[in-house]
Amino acid sequence: MAAESRESLHNASEANSTGETISREVVVANRQGLHARPADLLAREARRWQSRIELVADSQRVDGKSILDVLTLAAEAGTRLVVEATGPDAREALEAIGSLFDRNFNEHAGSQET
Amino acid sequence: MKFSDFVATEAIRSHVDADTKEGVIREMARALVDAGKIGTADEESIIKAIMKREDLGSTGIGRGVAVPHTKHPGVNRLVGTVAVSSEGINFESLDGEPVQLFFLLVSPPDRPGDHLRALESISRQLRDESFCKLLKSAKAPMDIQHLLEEADGHGVVS
Repeated sequence: MAAESRESLHNASEANSTGETISREVVVANRQGLHARPADLLAREARRWQSRIELVADSQRVDGKSILDVLTLAAEAGTRLVVEATGPDAREALEAIGSLFDRNFNEHAGSQET
Repeated sequence: MKFSDFVATEAIRSHVDADTKEGVIREMARALVDAGKIGTADEESIIKAIMKREDLGSTGIGRGVAVPHTKHPGVNRLVGTVAVSSEGINFESLDGEPVQLFFLLVSPPDRPGDHLRALESISRQLRDESFCKLLKSAKAPMDIQHLLEEADGHGVVS
């Protein structure tokens, strides 16, 4: 009995450390889409976290920590993606990655740089 | 997008002479000029634009691969070529490894989608380690061409 209740308490307080997946939707807002530079920034940020990070597009699911994987999404401006994080720091990872999208990967809307 | 949609086969180089970042970019741009894909008058400004892009962050994306690229009004469709350096070149790549395999891309300024789809094709195929290895060990431009054709044939239709 005691063991059981401790178990449920554990689950409640650290629900996320055991592999629950949390996700958020992001939109690729840079005019040039998710090209080499933002893909690099994204993969770098994803690798900072312990959690597994995946990006899901319509028909594809890729490893967010791999620039090659991210580039295979060929996500143009306006594309909606779901970022999924699974692991102990999933919440922080999602926040950090979401903020990259929110900031347009520090690109100006009209930037010609790729 | 298939490799054959943007790789100028006559501009493929299986053994670059250059041993620097700028050198290999120059050699590949010259190959595109010689193949008639970019104009002589645009050569220098294309090289400059590619180098300027490299200054923002290396396009050496890891696994010994780099994708130097730029947009340039001198082309009206995406053109590109492939080169291999057997020794490898310091490209300040993201993983710090020397680069052996180069895909150079020049796209028209108003076609970001084509550029993305070319990057997609390249990165999709390069996730296959043996494909990378085979390309890096190509003995002649023809070997590279055949490998790209094979990848096109088996690739995911997009």
